[in-house]
Amino acid sequence: MKSIKSFLVSLIVVVLLPGVIVYTIFVYYGSREQQHVPVHAELRADHISSVDHSQFEVLQQEFKTPQDVTAACISCHNGRDEEIMATAHWKWERDVTLPGDRGEATIGKKNLLNNFCTGAIGNNGSCMRCHIGYGWKDKSFDFSDPKNVDCLVCHDLTQTYKKKKGEAGFPSTAENATADFPVPDYNLVAQSVGLPDKNNCGICHFYGGGGNNVKHGDLEEALLDCSFDVDVHMSSDSLNMACIDCHRTEQHNITGKLYSVSAMNKNRVLCEQCHTDKPHMDQILDQHYSKVACQTCHIPTYAKVNATKLYWDWSSAGKLDEEGEPFLESDGYGNHNYLSIKGNFIWDDHVTPEYYWFNGTADHILIDDTISEIPVKINTLMGSYKDSTSRIWPVKVHRGKQIYDTEYKNLITMKLWAAETGEGAFWKDFNLYTAASLGMDYIDKPFSGKYDFVKTEAYWPLNHMVSPKDQALTCTECHSREGRLANLNDFYLPGRDHMPVVEQGAIWLIILSIVGVVGHGLLRVIASIKRK
Amino acid sequence: MELYSKFERFWHWTQAVLVILLGVTGFEIHSSFQLFGFELAVRLHSAAAWAFLILIVVAIFWLFVTGQYKNFVPTSENLKAQINYYLSGIFKNAAHPTHKTKLSKLNPLQRIVYLALIILVFPVQLISGFLYMYYHYPKIHLASLEYVALIHVIGAFLLVIFLIVHLYLITTGAKVWTNLWAMITGYEELETEKKK
Repeated sequence: MKSIKSFLVSLIVVVLLPGVIVYTIFVYYGSREQQHVPVHAELRADHISSVDHSQFEVLQQEFKTPQDVTAACISCHNGRDEEIMATAHWKWERDVTLPGDRGEATIGKKNLLNNFCTGAIGNNGSCMRCHIGYGWKDKSFDFSDPKNVDCLVCHDLTQTYKKKKGEAGFPSTAENATADFPVPDYNLVAQSVGLPDKNNCGICHFYGGGGNNVKHGDLEEALLDCSFDVDVHMSSDSLNMACIDCHRTEQHNITGKLYSVSAMNKNRVLCEQCHTDKPHMDQILDQHYSKVACQTCHIPTYAKVNATKLYWDWSSAGKLDEEGEPFLESDGYGNHNYLSIKGNFIWDDHVTPEYYWFNGTADHILIDDTISEIPVKINTLMGSYKDSTSRIWPVKVHRGKQIYDTEYKNLITMKLWAAETGEGAFWKDFNLYTAASLGMDYIDKPFSGKYDFVKTEAYWPLNHMVSPKDQALTCTECHSREGRLANLNDFYLPGRDHMPVVEQGAIWLIILSIVGVVGHGLLRVIASIKRK
Repeated sequence: MELYSKFERFWHWTQAVLVILLGVTGFEIHSSFQLFGFELAVRLHSAAAWAFLILIVVAIFWLFVTGQYKNFVPTSENLKAQINYYLSGIFKNAAHPTHKTKLSKLNPLQRIVYLALIILVFPVQLISGFLYMYYHYPKIHLASLEYVALIHVIGAFLLVIFLIVHLYLITTGAKVWTNLWAMITGYEELETEKKK
């Protein structure tokens, strides 16, 4: 009887209680319920227009020019012109304080260099087609005239309003209309205005750099109608969200901007504005928020439909065929890998991002800056592990090889575009020297006449093409010896880092102790056999 | 006689499974091997760490309340004899130099090693472990996780070595299974009892 009681007591204290504790650990703490914080957002799709524009008399007049439409808009929407004219969409520049001790600057598409077409400035006829104005063809453009504002390009919901190529923002006129670019039906368009939809924003933001998805990698025409796998927000299978659903807008100030053209940590769109900074219903995952941007795990790959440009080598540009004509070559997937007007490219789709610390501020190489390091950083995302405001961010890095002045050690912006040959534009006349000379002349900077090509890098943080949660990065994508963060080594990352010396020393000690106990045991066995 | 009380046996075996669970999951987090998967390993490791902390606090409380802490006070008495026993006596079937009693159930070597575990290795593992878990909270200013992790890993390796030697030494009782059986049932026939 006593032995049964003793057996039961032993069973409880030795097996049952420790077992219950470990079982509890496994059952209650070992798994995670797939939950998330509910999100309530007011969407563009829920907006009900308060007026019917087709009933306004002022929109039934015969519009001779697009500026007449703008004047009609402002006649009711007074003051909106001043709002839009205060934004970077109009000015193509912002007053910023650059990080470090670089001081104040006014930067934007208007004056920054890049490693795509080297810069918009001086190529106005073509590039300023994406300006929200009419006729920024040269320095004489009047930024103070509200009638130069193009209301329609953002507010047209008929998808028939188009700015013509090479006309500095104007649509076709009766004189230059073509089948692809007819004269807009201004009455129809003006009577069909509303909150901007995806294609209004996309007409410029998808095609920057001369084609779909050239620049961003995560912003392209596929988002107009994509599957849930491509983007959970914009998918037509889910909420089909519009750009302005996240890029909340007040008084025409559209929040959000990319660090290819901006510098300061303000006026941003952040995931947490809807999702909060503790969205996972899970402590361990939420703790990552302080060091890891949401985008890092939730955008595992970009360019998920069409390819994006990853490398652009200007040094081979300008080759002509036997007839003296420019030519093109394509890679196996139909993307250009050579164009006489632009040089060699590398494109790719389903690209794995590169990862950098980023605190929301960025530096830029300005036109007066001389080259001090190679590759030249067109823009620099600021941040480090030690900076508590920095988080790890996924980035598209666009690498290039572009023209610079070997004497003055600065990057060169080229005159690429002109309507006709003989004006010195590279895309018509294929003379690099002339294009460089005219490009620098336009911005009143000297050109020594001596040039070569230098490697450059531009950093484009990724924000779009958010994947479904079951496709988010798993732990070991980063927490492993050779993971995605293998190159981001200014800090200790569990699962990735270890000290080989300590590790080897410890393994030798373990081997030694095993040899020790096995040896000791064998000696005991031998001794006991001998005794018998 | 009953050498190990119910609580001691509960403590020992709970600590045993927790240390093994912490070790296995910890080395998986360290990328030494794959077993549970990283995410599960992290969750198990964190939960086991809390359980271990509670167990150690309760055990230390018990040690003082019952006076059993005296078992862990180091002594030089018999220390040399104990070392000599493991180096030579054990092969000659010599008698154990330390006689177990209810209030002195550990030999001098065990006292040193177990005390080191309780006041050095476990606290270091717990403190470095919880710093590891909570270092990113703003009030804890840690320049880098590196040294915390290094200390934690060294502690883990020491525990692996302890486990190997410990598992072997339990076979050095009166018979191979005597010590193990005592820690399960609580009972061991002691030298003093035999004489009676």
